[in-house]
Amino acid sequence: MEKAKVSAFLKKYTMVIVLIIVTLFFTWKTGGRMLLPQNVNNLISQNAYVFILATGMLLCILTGGNIDLSVGSVVCIVGAVGATCMVNLNMNIFVSILIMLVTGLVVGIWQGFWIAYRRIPPFIVTLAGMLMFRGLSNIVLDGYTIAPMPDNYLMLFNSYIIDFFRGERLNTTCLLAGVLAVVIFVANTLRGRRAKVKKGYAVTSAGSDIIKCAVIGLVIVLFTWRLAQYKGIPNILLWIIIIVLIYGYITSKTTVGRHLYAIGGNEKAAQLSGINTNKVYFLAYANMGLLAAVAGMVTIARLSSASPTAGDGYEMDAIGSCFIGGASAYGGSGTIPGVIIGATLMGVINLGMSIMGVDANWQKVVKGVVLLAAVIFDVESKKRAK
Amino acid sequence: MAGILLEMKNITKTFPGVKALDNVNLKVKKGEIHALVGENGAGKSTLMNVLSGIYPYGSYEGDIIYDGEICKFSRIKDSEGKGIVIIHQELALVPEMTIGENMYLGNEQGKRAAIDWNRTYGEADKYLKQVGLAESSRTQIKDIGVGKQQLVEIAKALAKNARLLILDEPTSSLNEADSQALLELLLGFRRQGMTSIIISHKLNEIAYVADKITVIRDGSTIETLDKEEDSFTEDRIIRGMVGRELTDRFPKREQKNIGDAALEVKNWTVHHQVYTDRKVVDNVSMYVRKGEVLGVSGLMGAGRTELAMSIFGRSYGNDISGQLYINGREVELQNVREAIDHRVAYVTEDRKDNGLILSNPIRVNTTLANLQGVSSHGVIDRDKEISVAEEYRIKLKTKCPSVEQNVGNLSGGNQQKVLLAKWMFAEPDVLILDEPTRGIDVGAKYEIYCIINDLVAAGKSVIMISSELPEVLGMSDRIYVMNEGKIVGELDSKEATQENIMGCILKSGKGE
Repeated sequence: MEKAKVSAFLKKYTMVIVLIIVTLFFTWKTGGRMLLPQNVNNLISQNAYVFILATGMLLCILTGGNIDLSVGSVVCIVGAVGATCMVNLNMNIFVSILIMLVTGLVVGIWQGFWIAYRRIPPFIVTLAGMLMFRGLSNIVLDGYTIAPMPDNYLMLFNSYIIDFFRGERLNTTCLLAGVLAVVIFVANTLRGRRAKVKKGYAVTSAGSDIIKCAVIGLVIVLFTWRLAQYKGIPNILLWIIIIVLIYGYITSKTTVGRHLYAIGGNEKAAQLSGINTNKVYFLAYANMGLLAAVAGMVTIARLSSASPTAGDGYEMDAIGSCFIGGASAYGGSGTIPGVIIGATLMGVINLGMSIMGVDANWQKVVKGVVLLAAVIFDVESKKRAK
Repeated sequence: MAGILLEMKNITKTFPGVKALDNVNLKVKKGEIHALVGENGAGKSTLMNVLSGIYPYGSYEGDIIYDGEICKFSRIKDSEGKGIVIIHQELALVPEMTIGENMYLGNEQGKRAAIDWNRTYGEADKYLKQVGLAESSRTQIKDIGVGKQQLVEIAKALAKNARLLILDEPTSSLNEADSQALLELLLGFRRQGMTSIIISHKLNEIAYVADKITVIRDGSTIETLDKEEDSFTEDRIIRGMVGRELTDRFPKREQKNIGDAALEVKNWTVHHQVYTDRKVVDNVSMYVRKGEVLGVSGLMGAGRTELAMSIFGRSYGNDISGQLYINGREVELQNVREAIDHRVAYVTEDRKDNGLILSNPIRVNTTLANLQGVSSHGVIDRDKEISVAEEYRIKLKTKCPSVEQNVGNLSGGNQQKVLLAKWMFAEPDVLILDEPTRGIDVGAKYEIYCIINDLVAAGKSVIMISSELPEVLGMSDRIYVMNEGKIVGELDSKEATQENIMGCILKSGKGE
């Protein structure tokens, strides 16, 4: 490959490469403990909320670098409402889930209204939301922690998909699912390539496609193999995959997704092209409320409790993941796969440092440095492109 | 007579692909008012930016000789240090600050970090008196009118010990009385020995105050008129400004097939978006027919863009009144979407800020106004989108490696073609083109004229807003002339000349 191609490749996959290097670094530093089956499993269950929140946060950031500071508090109030329903009021868990989703959506609609139709700066609206909903959760919980959650609720999130083959030490279903995922991915890549060739459009070089398939396939197989050695596929992983697939599809394939990018790229031009910019802002923030509700459900399930301090600082994890994952601080660019890489990188750094026994304060310092470095890289590389 | 204060010698300034200034010479004597005239885009502002150091020494060729020495300004502070102060067309005042604070912004009075407010306001009041502004320097800028704000700008310039005052369109936002007062002030300054350069489109004002007039056209100095030798009639100045020959820079249309009115407005009035009591479009009635190129001529700020945007789904303005007819039926276009659905398109004059998403590829920009054309049930068909972008790339001869190229990397002419492609794909019947050839080279201009001809040949209507008179004359079937929000003339292409278009504008200006 020529030099230009190599540098283009490096630029496109910088964060993937960084993620691999960081993972290898921690594996080495922890003497391999980093990749023990249980730790791989923890990586998912500990960071589930980050994946979910970051997905919604990306839509807000796409509209022009706007963030939602309230998500941590929304997670808390949704958890508080859900726990009250399920534990104190003994309501059916599915009704309670519905109530939680509606709560989140109402919060999203409230904030979206002010941001989109009254043009109050998102920073202010969501800062106000951050205070209000934190306070309201305290009021709902009366300052106490509600625990434990009903077993059938916990089952939904915390258990594992059963192994249909009853493997002794290896969860065969999990491994098969991994292989299936690889096959689907490779087939999809091939099909897209063939369709492009048939219509005479430019295709990426066969080499880079093969490398892409090989690397992703390998990662998926290794990942599911590790999970299979533990308890199999955690339910929460399914939730994450479903959300990621839905939003990945929305952002890359639909007109709504295109509108989000257009507004972030040039709001005035989008408006003069007939895009209802207010509606797009509204949808982004209403949706953020909905996903914050899902994250809230996940959080009370993982902790099996709803406390007044739950969700504290979650907004920063979500925002950080987006920017580390390549979303532009000015809006208009960023992808769901990028955000997933960003969230995973944050998770790996967290987990690696925890295993190493790094002081929690130093962990924050490291995360801050990584975030700053990622955005500096983004801004600088764009300057050079100009 | 006093000597020469400023001489700009053989100034040449090139931007990528465009020669903005070509061997420009300017001599300004001490104590005179020197006017700089020329059409929009002739290079007046570029010349002043070279002088003030906005374009630093080294980025242009030629010499600036000020007070007998060659100057090498690398930033505005350098030129201001020598007493060269520019007052820009758009006022640069902070509304929330007081007059005094504004006057000394970036030039704060006092010791080290501490501002000496007594000195600031005391000095400010002194200069305010000098410009004849009866306001306290503690008044906030937002509480005084535009006319007074202009005076504050001048006071601010004086506070910087200006010896050469440059005013860029100082009266463009002022009413008649304020303009007159400003001109008298300049004449007063001249009596005290101040040297000024004034850039203006208002030839009657220039004829009144100027001692010398330098005419710039297409980046070159054409001539310098002297009050003592030449007569300063407007006709004489106009001849210098527009006196170029028309060669076949405009493609001929084979046959004209002009039909009924496609779009018509009656008694259309639009108020300013921010200053809602100001009318920017005043009781305009106009129409465009099928298969017709309608030129709209006028000076900058005449209200043409505001007229177009207010028609285009009320995307500009406040308190819009009047009737709008499309194909003879009265319609109300409440937003841009409705305008597009009624097959009206507006191609903005500012392609970078309002037209294109520079960070996105050609493909995305091409389909932005008509996404439903390449999608079903809200899902975009990527393949179809690519083929649409390809189709227009070939049709408009856009030069680019592929439709995945980011628009920001294209030249101005190719960007303009992408913008046109976007609106052609929206399949409008009426296209409003606002300055469609601004800032692009001659070859690309010709291609865009061809596209316009193709559009009208297909029975579409084109409204072309342009400040370039030759373009309006060369392309239009019919021409409206706008000035100060009103339509002040309607000319058939056969009878229209540059002189009588300018004549319409001047007559209306005097009529006030």
